[in-house]
Amino acid sequence: MKDDGDKCVLEFQGVDFSFNSAKVLVDVNLKIYKRDFVAIIGPNGGGKTTLVKLALGLLKPDRGQIYLLGKEPSKTCHLAGYMPQYATGEKGFPITVLDNVLLGTLDANSKGIFFSKEAIEKARAALSLVGMDEFRDKRIGDLSGGQVQRVLLARAIVSDPEILFLDEPMANIDISGQCKLFDLMADLNNKMTICFVTHDIGLLSQYVKSVICVNQKVHFHKAPKITKDVAKLLMGETCPMELIAHGVPHRVLGSH
Amino acid sequence: MLELFNFPFFQNAVIAGIFVSIACGLIGSLVVVNRSVFLAGGIAHAAYGGVGLAFFFALPAFPTIVIFSVAIALIMAGLSLEKRERTDAIIGVLWAIGMAMGIILIDLSPGYNVDLMSYLFGSILTVPDSDVKLMAILNLMIIGIVSFYYKDFIAISYDREFAKVRGVPVVRLHFIFLIMVAICVVMTIRAVGLILIMALMTIAPFLLEQVSKSLLQMMMLSCVLNILFVLSGLLISYYLDLTSGATIILVAGVFFIIFQGVLKLIHLTRR
Repeated sequence: MKDDGDKCVLEFQGVDFSFNSAKVLVDVNLKIYKRDFVAIIGPNGGGKTTLVKLALGLLKPDRGQIYLLGKEPSKTCHLAGYMPQYATGEKGFPITVLDNVLLGTLDANSKGIFFSKEAIEKARAALSLVGMDEFRDKRIGDLSGGQVQRVLLARAIVSDPEILFLDEPMANIDISGQCKLFDLMADLNNKMTICFVTHDIGLLSQYVKSVICVNQKVHFHKAPKITKDVAKLLMGETCPMELIAHGVPHRVLGSH
Repeated sequence: MLELFNFPFFQNAVIAGIFVSIACGLIGSLVVVNRSVFLAGGIAHAAYGGVGLAFFFALPAFPTIVIFSVAIALIMAGLSLEKRERTDAIIGVLWAIGMAMGIILIDLSPGYNVDLMSYLFGSILTVPDSDVKLMAILNLMIIGIVSFYYKDFIAISYDREFAKVRGVPVVRLHFIFLIMVAICVVMTIRAVGLILIMALMTIAPFLLEQVSKSLLQMMMLSCVLNILFVLSGLLISYYLDLTSGATIILVAGVFFIIFQGVLKLIHLTRR
């Protein structure tokens, strides 16, 4: 079967990034191929979100090259889907759920006041996919945190992106919701590459094909075999934690 | 009451009031959802430097202040893009310098300083025909730009990073937004004055932000509310012989308190 799984959709070459002279990422080399399902894990402040923002061109590297879908990210970022940790607009913003998702259909040429009929149909389809269509006329501020998260996911996928970046998609979502979300992501993975950030490595699932560990340095693991050593590297040796690799839970205890 | 509308000065006041209401309703809504009230205040006060320049060099007031305010807005836009987290301090600096410059230039200007007060407190009853025409043009410009970029403005106001990923021209829109704030400020200086300028830009939009389902709804209703404030304030100030600008704002202020009270009541009874 000819699959274009050998096509590289995201590449980092010797990328350094610092924030106010504090090093966040050092010498990142990375290649992600089409249809991969990547979990980006690491401790708080380890640089996970920074990695995603670099990939999308929202931040510029101090050194090195980044290629998103073969080109500089600022030229191709509109082909990517992005679900931020939270929308920067505050809760009180006057916008409905449907209009929120419609923002995902914008591009450099969408002018005027009203959205096209096709855009509205696509937005409603995306909302149905995340189970939020019935809430479409509600103000975004009237929803719960988990519901907002689903709306942001719909907004990220409404443009049928080639690669999808999700920053902490599981935050605020209960366990059964998380399982459903993983099923949905697995389904989307048939069409697009998925990279999602999580600080909770208990949340890896059988669908995840690769793991990127980020803690200033970046390690890429094909197939999620998280060893005790990786866990130590990531989390230090301070607390016990739960890992699920290949769908089998392991309890990893740091040395005491 | 109707014979009042036969006076040309009152007709001009009503027309100018409606123009100012629409501009402030549209731009004020953008200012409020972008949390840029302080920035708008900065431009409004720095604009006073333009008043000083016009006095000192005996230039035509309206165009001079427009050009000066737009220049200040561009400087603020440029600086706030580079150092976003320091924007508030930069605004404070330009706010103070602009205002001081205006006062010193007026001190140094030969002749009378009577007209000065009209820039602080407004003089909607003496707006000349030429200004009304200019206001009409500027208003059309604002309406045109806001409708053209409406969807982009929602995107950059609600979630700027996401807008950038979608390919929305974020930087260009940031500049356009601040230029429109400057134009709106200059229009409002004549009618309600520098000191009271913020009220028409913030009171109605702030109230309506809490109940609107879209930015469009918030903008339209803000324009309507502003027109009501201006017209009722004008009539009250005429019959009670009060300063028109201040009366308009007090009408808006009373409405503000009632509206917030009613919202609070609804909120409490819903629980």
